Amino acid sequence: MEYKDYYEIMGVKKDATQDEIKRAYRKLARKYHPDVSKEADAETKFKEVGEAYEVLKDPEKRSAYDQLGSQWQAGQDFHPPPGWDAGFEFSGGGEGGPDLGGFSDFFESLYGRGFHRASQQAGSARDFRMRGDDHHAKVMVDLEDSYHGATRSITLQVSSLDESGRVVTKPRTLKVRIPKGIRRGQQIRLAGQGGAGYGGGGAGDLYLEVDFNPRSHYRVEGADVYLDLPLAPWEAALGATVKVPTPAGAVDLKIPAGSQPGKKLRLKGRGIPAREKGDLYVVLQITLPKAENESQRRIYEEMKQQFSFNPRAGMEV
Amino acid sequence: MAKQDFLRGQLIEAETLITVDDLCRHCTVRVEEVISYVQEGILDPQDDAVVPEKAETWQFHISSIKRVRTAVHLQRDLGVNLAGAALALELLDRISELEKA
Repeated sequence: MEYKDYYEIMGVKKDATQDEIKRAYRKLARKYHPDVSKEADAETKFKEVGEAYEVLKDPEKRSAYDQLGSQWQAGQDFHPPPGWDAGFEFSGGGEGGPDLGGFSDFFESLYGRGFHRASQQAGSARDFRMRGDDHHAKVMVDLEDSYHGATRSITLQVSSLDESGRVVTKPRTLKVRIPKGIRRGQQIRLAGQGGAGYGGGGAGDLYLEVDFNPRSHYRVEGADVYLDLPLAPWEAALGATVKVPTPAGAVDLKIPAGSQPGKKLRLKGRGIPAREKGDLYVVLQITLPKAENESQRRIYEEMKQQFSFNPRAGMEV
Repeated sequence: MAKQDFLRGQLIEAETLITVDDLCRHCTVRVEEVISYVQEGILDPQDDAVVPEKAETWQFHISSIKRVRTAVHLQRDLGVNLAGAALALELLDRISELEKA
């Protein structure tokens, strides 16, 4: 088990006042709150900070922790010395505080297991019976998966209570079918796959929220899909038939002569095959080839001669 | 190769409506709390009859579950009050709108 330096985690000095500790916690909690933060490991950080605050905000737990001495380094192998907590009385579950499952082994070896949950379960009637919690998770799929349907294995960290009432966290892998036509932000409900019930209550449900892996060339809005399609100037000017990728496979698309950049071509019903089928919009763009040798430069010169073209005609300059 | 069993879930359409009881159960909150969320403007019941006397018949968009849970977490973890959570939710909405563009 590794020693945890709660002061270091909170970024405060060992002699910080309770006010300073509270202030540090508030700042870190806002920074790493999983509902708000964009930091990559927000949830882990938030949990760590919550655990540190659980100890440091409580003068009893804090002085017990300080008793361990300052010779310990973060990450060092740690066993609590026998009788280390003699003379301290930890008075029940804390109020406030984040609840993201169990605390670390280090915390539990000091303050006991199931500590954090105790307050929620205390006072329950003898034939206490409760449906399990609903769990929520996010699952990333490719846009193509929505066109064809797919299967995904997802691994969730699940906290549950073991026989002795300890909170244990273990990975759980589920194989899930992703239905055809799914859109970003939609949820799939897996009945009975959430948290276990207590005292004979049924299990909760698991909700999977779907998001698309970011793809380079498609944008998705609801059931509609957008694709920026680069064209050569002569394809746009003269018209052409070009191969266009779609999530359902490449198609041949006819580009009308005289197409301007920004023009949208709609492929009806080629968006996400939801109950109301989306459309695929091809947004035309024109890519200009560089004039790299003499004869290519001559062609641009020739165009300049042949077209009396002022692209800024509408700008009154 | 062994045939694997895949779980098949129920797809929840964005239009799916849930009752106020469902919302309470999914978010572990009491009806009174849902009423205060509606009064703060965090939640919009479907039929727009926002008077608390109608609370029993309120229906909400399925997305309300996430909204209530976020509001609960913000209040519990960051020590903000209901108005503060409402402001944070609105700003989060705006960020995700901006990121979509």
